[in-house]
Amino acid sequence: MPEERDKILDIQNLDITFRTTAGPVHAIRGVNIDLYRGQTVAIVGESGSGKSVTMKAAMGILASNAIVNSGVIDFSYKHLEDGRPDHVDILKQNKKWIREHINGRRIAMVFQDPMTSLDPTMTIGKQVMEGMMWHYNTPKEEAWKKAVELLDEVGIEEPEKRMKNYPHQLSGGMRQRVVIAIALSCDPDLLICDEPTTALDVTIQARIIDLIRRVQQERGISVIYITHGLGVVAKVADYVNVMYAGRIIEKGTINDIFYDPRHPYTWGLLSAMPDLATDDPRLYTIPGSPPNLLHAPAGDAFAPRNRYALVVDDKAEPPMFKISETHSAATWLLDPRAPKVEMPDALKARIARMKKEAEKYGGKL
Amino acid sequence: MAANYDGEPLLQVEGLKQYFQVSKTFTVKAVDDVSFKIYPGETYGLVGESGSGKSTIGRSVIRLYDPTAGKITFNGMDISGKMSKDVNDKLRTQMQMIFQDPMASLNPRKKIGEIIGEGLEIHNTYNSAAERNNAVKAILEKVGLSPEHATRYPHQFSGGQRQRVGIARALIMNPKLIIADECISALDVSIQAQVVNLMKDIQDETGTAYMFIAHDLSMVKYISDRIGVLHLGHLLETGTTEEIFDRPVHPYTRSLLSAIPAPNPIVEKQRKALRYDYKTSGIDYAKGTNHLVEGTHYVKCTDEEFAEWLPQSLHSVYESAEESGQ
Repeated sequence: MPEERDKILDIQNLDITFRTTAGPVHAIRGVNIDLYRGQTVAIVGESGSGKSVTMKAAMGILASNAIVNSGVIDFSYKHLEDGRPDHVDILKQNKKWIREHINGRRIAMVFQDPMTSLDPTMTIGKQVMEGMMWHYNTPKEEAWKKAVELLDEVGIEEPEKRMKNYPHQLSGGMRQRVVIAIALSCDPDLLICDEPTTALDVTIQARIIDLIRRVQQERGISVIYITHGLGVVAKVADYVNVMYAGRIIEKGTINDIFYDPRHPYTWGLLSAMPDLATDDPRLYTIPGSPPNLLHAPAGDAFAPRNRYALVVDDKAEPPMFKISETHSAATWLLDPRAPKVEMPDALKARIARMKKEAEKYGGKL
Repeated sequence: MAANYDGEPLLQVEGLKQYFQVSKTFTVKAVDDVSFKIYPGETYGLVGESGSGKSTIGRSVIRLYDPTAGKITFNGMDISGKMSKDVNDKLRTQMQMIFQDPMASLNPRKKIGEIIGEGLEIHNTYNSAAERNNAVKAILEKVGLSPEHATRYPHQFSGGQRQRVGIARALIMNPKLIIADECISALDVSIQAQVVNLMKDIQDETGTAYMFIAHDLSMVKYISDRIGVLHLGHLLETGTTEEIFDRPVHPYTRSLLSAIPAPNPIVEKQRKALRYDYKTSGIDYAKGTNHLVEGTHYVKCTDEEFAEWLPQSLHSVYESAEESGQ
């Protein structure tokens, strides 16, 4: 990593409540994320943990019933005309400004289901060209040429022929490639991928991930990956944030999270997913289900599902304890006064196995 | 109760074909000449990408579709042609299905107790309302819900709980075979593990067999005793879970296994998945016949292909990915 890392996105203490008919839902409770240029950050969590809401806030596309209680989303960019660096707090800008300067242009998003994010009544070519023409007033012929190049770049064969096709004429994997081409059409600095491969088959998933990685390396853009699949995270991410009930409960480099997890929830997530060597008769499970944020729990939100919960967990929310320069976790187990608790044996054995395998691939740990 | 391979198979599918005529000139061959067996008490995993026909097989077997050709024998009864009322009744009780999306498969206007008890009512298998209610309560407890849940509506449950209701609805008829069609795909990772554990417990207790249809290979490997790999309506490879995972022979199976992301960052960042493209591979599935690899492990291919693939199959799927320099 170069020393003068260029911070591109800095989310600080983000706190969001949704007004609903059932009462206020405290969906995001103090989230901090930072992202440097050219890096990939993964946000992992179950549905309802707030990972998509956080990214929607960064895009300025929150639903109208969302209230931002506090927080800063600082986005750094360069002016197009003179390359002058500038930064802006997205939460303080109005929708129109964000629409013109951020959405699609500097931050682009790839959504989960390509069938719902593409317009079924427009040809693919038109949809790829739309962003360039809207944001940069690119002449039509030039936009057409660029769109063909983009389709070619994302691995669509016979791009010129495909330009005239409609989304329903393509397979799921091809559609997702089109969505990626659209996202790249305006040369964004940041690409947010919200479960980009969840709706796709494993073989197609592997190709789409390879594509996103290749594009990222070639263009030097930053990527935020929102997902619940840890296998995908292992493949793409440099840094991982684990989210639970609207908070980030563990963050660290990819190796910190996979080879030295500290939060019981992360233990649970890692163990609950069988790897190909798992032969225990039962899977380790996290009991219960995620809390309803309509009634935000006092203390640690994970305590009711945590078999290592301490008395203090019901009273006070744990702060982020720093484990190393890059790694921190929000669990009272890391407090010096806490009893020493080890991760479950099955997971320990599995991590040992993973490390051994990693050494074969030349990884040092 | 472990799987019983000595006796007759519970379900025997021979040469199943399921075609859908789209227009006068175009017919989709969703399932083409598929044969497999499921023994009592075992879990048979069907894997394949979307469009491979895995759900269609499930639906043909439970007779939501009328098979175009082929013979399906279930528990000694022929269920492929026109069924007599007696056979139909038996099929409808002894074979049950769990669907992918629990919210879409539960009637939102009915209470959980009514949904679960519906099968009992249709088949008149109880004598009094009290008996029926007790059966519902017992089954709710078995799937880890409480009896009070019987008076609630589906929207009052979380995704994992709803899927438990789906399982309870299938279980109440005491089925011999449950077809689980992507039944955990819509759930979160931590909830998936709960549901899979529950399914395993129920199998141990009741000895029911599962046809487990899924695309998540690591979960299929974990739950299944035997596996069938489908692609474009053809059953390409079948065998025990160990046989398939230790020595995949068919290039499609190999590409499928190499694409499973392992939760191990250092390894995963260097691995490349094998590529497989049917159009350019030069393989014609329709020409293939079943070849025995060893034990119960069969591959569908021609003689020449078999001779070519067999030596390769001893290499790990990742090694060959690196050798081919992709």
